[in-house]
Amino acid sequence: MTSSKTARAIIHFLLIAVGIVWIYPFVWMVSSSLKDNVTFYKAAINPIPEVFMWENYSRAWDVANISQYFVNSVVITLSTVVIVVILSCLTGYALGTVAFPGRTAMIGFIVSLQFIPKGYTIIPLYQLVKFLGIKDSYLGLIFAESSGAHVLFILLFAAFFSRFPKEIEESALIDGAGFVKTFARVAMPNSMPIVATAAIMQFIWTWSSFLTPLVLTITKPGLKTLAVGMLSFTELYGTDWTGMAAGATISLVPVILVFIFMQRYFYEGISGAVKS
Amino acid sequence: MRTGNTRTKINPQLRRKYIWAYIFILPQLLYFLLASMYPIVMSYVYSFYEWDGLGPLVNFVGFANYAELLRDDMFWNSFYNALIYGVSATALTIVVSFLLALVLNDASMKGRSIYRTLYFLPVVTVSSIIGIIMNNIFGIQGFANQFLQSLGWIDEPIRFWLDPVLAMIMLILVGSWKHIGVVMIYWLAGLQMIPADLYEAAKMDGAGYWKMLMKITLPLLKPVSATILLLTFGGSLHVFDLVKTLTDGGPYHHTETIELFIYQYAFATQFGGARVGYASAAGVYLGLFVLLISLFFGWLGMKAGGDGKKSKLAGRGGEA
Repeated sequence: MTSSKTARAIIHFLLIAVGIVWIYPFVWMVSSSLKDNVTFYKAAINPIPEVFMWENYSRAWDVANISQYFVNSVVITLSTVVIVVILSCLTGYALGTVAFPGRTAMIGFIVSLQFIPKGYTIIPLYQLVKFLGIKDSYLGLIFAESSGAHVLFILLFAAFFSRFPKEIEESALIDGAGFVKTFARVAMPNSMPIVATAAIMQFIWTWSSFLTPLVLTITKPGLKTLAVGMLSFTELYGTDWTGMAAGATISLVPVILVFIFMQRYFYEGISGAVKS
Repeated sequence: MRTGNTRTKINPQLRRKYIWAYIFILPQLLYFLLASMYPIVMSYVYSFYEWDGLGPLVNFVGFANYAELLRDDMFWNSFYNALIYGVSATALTIVVSFLLALVLNDASMKGRSIYRTLYFLPVVTVSSIIGIIMNNIFGIQGFANQFLQSLGWIDEPIRFWLDPVLAMIMLILVGSWKHIGVVMIYWLAGLQMIPADLYEAAKMDGAGYWKMLMKITLPLLKPVSATILLLTFGGSLHVFDLVKTLTDGGPYHHTETIELFIYQYAFATQFGGARVGYASAAGVYLGLFVLLISLFFGWLGMKAGGDGKKSKLAGRGGEA
């Protein structure tokens, strides 16, 4: 589509102008994390700190428990990603490559899950975790975070494996590789783009997840994730805005790094999900 | 399908394959039944009890919770708030994300991956942090007020979070800001499904940008747009994180949405003891409402894609 040079210039101008407003909150956050409390209040407009207060970071990290929340978030998020990716990869492989009896019903079942009114399942999920005796532990949080049918990932894997060239599988079979060996040695290594897509999406979701960890850490504050911990930071140290900004910056670093380095897979994954 | 399924002469090799397939599916299936299906069923069960979530489940009250909710002004208040938020945020999100996608879909557009990243940033940001940042920027002494005062546009600082209408507007703006990036990706996916040769043929016929937009792009996006609308609206009705961290339902319940209402009854003690059954019944109402909306949009999508396009989409799904 051709459009005139002026139109192009106007579009770029708008995208940049709006873009600056768009990311201003992040600029504000990072600059506030380096200010002292006085400049923070008096000169909110000036984005450049007079003196760079790096100690805001060490204060947030040590005093406000951000280090603890950070470790919690890392443990819970990574475990959840591993569990979800393995489960959906296995299911997707079976659905995509084997026409076993009941396969169509299984796919229908999985797809229909998306449409079941979930209501407020966090209440029974909480009760279930309590009943299983894993309430105040990492295990309980990981269990709750990994729940859900992962319909999207299963379908992505299934679609990928169903397009996987049959000849490769057959030659693996001739070489004496069974079902599991073919999967582990041939199919799985080739599905890395899908693995990456699912892993990144799940990472971002779990890292930002709020309600589940909020509810599950009501009786055990030491297990709070960053997303929840930041809220209690506000409640406990309401005046320490610069420390809070430092904490917020710390907690955004991993997710933004993951996003920036893996965004190609992320876009592909979402696009694929919408298309299919 | 790849293999014929004759029940009498099933060869051992094939049978092994089937068994392995079942084994591969089993973990997900068990996990799903335990951690998804069980909670869904139980949320219906709880809704028929008057229960504080602690003792045994004994006090069966039938539909009493459902009936009481219908007479509860706070429930209706949270329902209306969720609707106002849902409709406004969806409208804003859909329009802005579509414009962005149109512009950023153009392959000759310079720096489009930088723009995409930039506009996507709020999506990957943790909601509670957005709450903290926005609370500050739009606080009484915050950046926004200092900025507007320095320009001389206002004399008195604006109380963004203390005015009922302004607080809701802020919630809508921040919520849309957070979600526009991801909906933009949905639209981009839809735009890339449109065959390029359609545009080339139209160009040969001398069609301009507007004509192509109206005659090719918009009509072909219709089926996708129903899905996008459904995802965006359904998601916005469930808004919780942002409300909890931005306004916590204030001022005076004016931004309390239904998920917050449920949360307060199920887990907070400010009403004097949790009422899990009552909260569950409200959850069921919300679930049924979202289901109705989904069915409506699903029906719209079917109508929009009635002429052949739909079967193509369904075919893709069927591949899986």
